[in-house]
Amino acid sequence: MITKRIIPCLDVRDGRVVKGVNFGKLSDVSSPVELAEYYSECGADELVFYDITASAEGRKLFTDVLKETASKVFIPFTVGGGINTVDDFDRVLKCGADKVSVNSGAIRNPSLVAEASKKYGAQCVVLSVDVKRVDGDFKVFAKGGRENTGIEAISWIKRCVDMGAGEVVVNSIDTDGVKKGFDIELLEKVCDAVTVPVIASGGAGSIDHFVELFSTIPQIDAGLAASIFHFGEVEIATLKRTLKEKGILMRI
Amino acid sequence: MIVMVNYGVGNLFSLERSFNTIGQEVVVSESREIIEKADKIILPGVGAFGDASQKLKDSGLGEVICERAKAGVPILGICLGMQLLFEKSSEYGENEGLGLIKGRIDPIAQYVPRGFKIPHIGWNVLNIKKESKLFKYLSDGDYVYFVHSFCAVDCEDSVTAVTDYGAPITACVESGNVMGCQFHPEKSGKTGLNILRAFCEVE
Repeated sequence: MITKRIIPCLDVRDGRVVKGVNFGKLSDVSSPVELAEYYSECGADELVFYDITASAEGRKLFTDVLKETASKVFIPFTVGGGINTVDDFDRVLKCGADKVSVNSGAIRNPSLVAEASKKYGAQCVVLSVDVKRVDGDFKVFAKGGRENTGIEAISWIKRCVDMGAGEVVVNSIDTDGVKKGFDIELLEKVCDAVTVPVIASGGAGSIDHFVELFSTIPQIDAGLAASIFHFGEVEIATLKRTLKEKGILMRI
Repeated sequence: MIVMVNYGVGNLFSLERSFNTIGQEVVVSESREIIEKADKIILPGVGAFGDASQKLKDSGLGEVICERAKAGVPILGICLGMQLLFEKSSEYGENEGLGLIKGRIDPIAQYVPRGFKIPHIGWNVLNIKKESKLFKYLSDGDYVYFVHSFCAVDCEDSVTAVTDYGAPITACVESGNVMGCQFHPEKSGKTGLNILRAFCEVE
């Protein structure tokens, strides 16, 4: 049977990893290529690179980094950030990405999901969505979580899956950065609404939070996190071993 | 010379790089002449069966691959490339494959219980059924990465490994010098690279 996946996410600006990392074993802690190789060695099941570059020059550096990473790391590789057109899909897929994640680009132009899915297949299109509670309702936020779009989150996710998104990354703004665990309530609602794989993001602070996630919601496919991996608070190899001991299917 | 057939379906970047990583140069080509000279042939592919089989037919490359297969050249089909080695597929109407391996391609949904997500995406275990040249460096129970909605059936004679997705799904096939993997070795970490290495060492 298919294993649950553990996915580290790297924010990349101008071809360098931001937020810093804290690994003694790495000579260059802000090199996306080195970090990707390190995570792959540790047993990461997939990698996400998120481009937060604003300039065209930075974007060029990002694609160079993608190519180099995809030449050295042979696990599935998702790329997001600044994906607004089918040409953007093309650009990162040619550099070795396997899947492309869309967020604000899909909010601005929902047909992007359908077009990309038709051209590259649903398995290639990942919907990424930032969700926050507003007066008790789950709403979709844009611009890195700064702007309330007013769109109801569950129906938005359903709509995008119907249009051809093959996977959904659900990032809870309410739990993100708080390190008190994933947003179980939100994730359960999403899992009940769609039949494609759902990836949980936002809120992981410890191994226990991943145990809680996979034990409480058996339909969840993967857990994604950034800083707890980068700062070594949670080591991927230890995390996966612990989950396996708790009866959760892991690739060791 | 290992030749990867480029017939306009899918991205060959990772696959080419994974061969480079194990110290093998591959020539990516759409030329009949070059494919005819190959010592080993890789047939990659993602996308729809009908479209891909049409491209192989129109370009004449399908014919060359079949000739070389009959001449004993080792051939490895990957993902859709593996499916194309079979006789036919029921993906969006009936389409003919290369017919190098007996059997056909059907939707996974016909075989797995309700509630199993389609496509079958993720890391799943290889259960080895038979010896294969591809398994030289493998252990039973190694994980590989799958992304597919269709699967090979009625091919008991050539199945060398299956994976469990509520039902046994064909993962690897071998019929003489013709081999195939349903999963992506170029995305399956060290296990995948070891399968490619074993193929490169096939006599």
